[in-house]
Amino acid sequence: MSEIPAELRYRTSHEWVRVEDDVAVVGITDHAQDAMGDLVYVELPEVGQVLATGEEAGVVESVKAASDIYAPVSGEVVAINDALEDEPELVNQEAFGNGWLFKIKMADPGELKEMLTADQYQEQLDSE
Amino acid sequence: MGHRTPLYDEHVAAGGKMVDFGGWDMPIHYGSQIEEHHAVRQDAGMFDVSHMTVVDVSGTGARDYLRRLLANDVDSIETGRALYSGMLNEGGGVIDDLIVYKGDKDYRLVVNCATRDTDLEWMEQQAGGFAVDIRERPELAMIAVQGPRARAQLAALLDGERHDAVENLPAFAFADCGDWTIAGTGYTGEDGVEIILPGHHAVALWKQLADAGVRPAGLGARDTLRLEAGMNLYGNDMDGTVSPLEAAMGWTVKFNEGRDFIGRDALERQKEKGHHRLVGLVLEGKGVLRAHQKVITGDGEGAEFEGEITSGTFSPTLGKSIALARVPAGTKGQVQVEIRKKHLPAQVVRPPFVRNGKTVYKPL
Repeated sequence: MSEIPAELRYRTSHEWVRVEDDVAVVGITDHAQDAMGDLVYVELPEVGQVLATGEEAGVVESVKAASDIYAPVSGEVVAINDALEDEPELVNQEAFGNGWLFKIKMADPGELKEMLTADQYQEQLDSE
Repeated sequence: MGHRTPLYDEHVAAGGKMVDFGGWDMPIHYGSQIEEHHAVRQDAGMFDVSHMTVVDVSGTGARDYLRRLLANDVDSIETGRALYSGMLNEGGGVIDDLIVYKGDKDYRLVVNCATRDTDLEWMEQQAGGFAVDIRERPELAMIAVQGPRARAQLAALLDGERHDAVENLPAFAFADCGDWTIAGTGYTGEDGVEIILPGHHAVALWKQLADAGVRPAGLGARDTLRLEAGMNLYGNDMDGTVSPLEAAMGWTVKFNEGRDFIGRDALERQKEKGHHRLVGLVLEGKGVLRAHQKVITGDGEGAEFEGEITSGTFSPTLGKSIALARVPAGTKGQVQVEIRKKHLPAQVVRPPFVRNGKTVYKPL
């Protein structure tokens, strides 16, 4: 069983968001990293880039496959996790912690309501 | 549910992540593909390859039949040796790649599981006029033990002729030891052996190896190891539309005088006309090369100056991405690979990338 922290919001495409004031910290879930296997490369958006909800924001690649990352909310990228350039395995090790991908200054925090709760995300995994 | 090898329960118990592979439920990894890869490069790992199809070819016509069926020539090896060959269609395309073991009287072929049906059908179809018996051996299992310490680890568990075979067999030699066949073959670029044995012996051997510290490795590591070793994967690097000359398998085609193997005429025509080549690529920066990405050679514009990646991955040993790519003849130096609409530079090299734990590729 993979971990699904209750305080986070989720997207069906397996991104998570943690809200810190008006900033959304974005990563991929423990389930997603486990399904992909050892990550070897992470491509992140540029700081300053403005993303629309659902827009392609980056790519995570494991030994076996590449998977797109989508912006869970709209807004401006205010930080990226530089450590992943040399240590993409942080995503495998701490998907909800040091393996975060980027931070977005939310244009509309109301969009969070449209994301899945932990229970809803768990239901999605159960039905997959 | 797919087919299961005798080792299925062992894989599940060891935490194997099971996936469908050519109709078989096989472990892709047991937790970390990269750690399994390093275990084989630096120590010893083992693979369940019982899904592969073992076919025995016997009868007084076996030699003549195989000299017609295979692009490589079974006459070029001594008894007790193994040979890598393509089995071609009339157009010179590769129906499958295989290993043929030359015994005292009979031959044994090990072919890919995904191509089992077409292989057997083709082999039967071509057998007309030859006194041969073609017999699949589904009751046999196959375990590959690979890595610098593979032979020592395995030999310590065996005695008598099996022990001696594991210790002393040269690469590409094999020995029949009772109902086991032990061969100095593999698909990793490391020293090691492959054992073909009765299915009901497989679990006991696997457990003994695991207890001795030989690490189970899945199909994921098998793929990164073979790619580092510059070895082709059927269905990726060649198929029925690709000739061995276009798949860096030219060395396996023996155009010896008068031997009329299937596909020969087509290959001779292709040799005259010219053809693409399979080369290695090493990505200079970050990113991961993948099958079907476009390769731009820089010698001109348009399809004739382009190639395609056939297999690509992240190389755990080199710490960067490598690939096999089919490119126009003469491509060398640097090329550009199109990854998500960006052009990234890659160095053109001659595989293998890694052999016996060492980086060995040479620039072209």
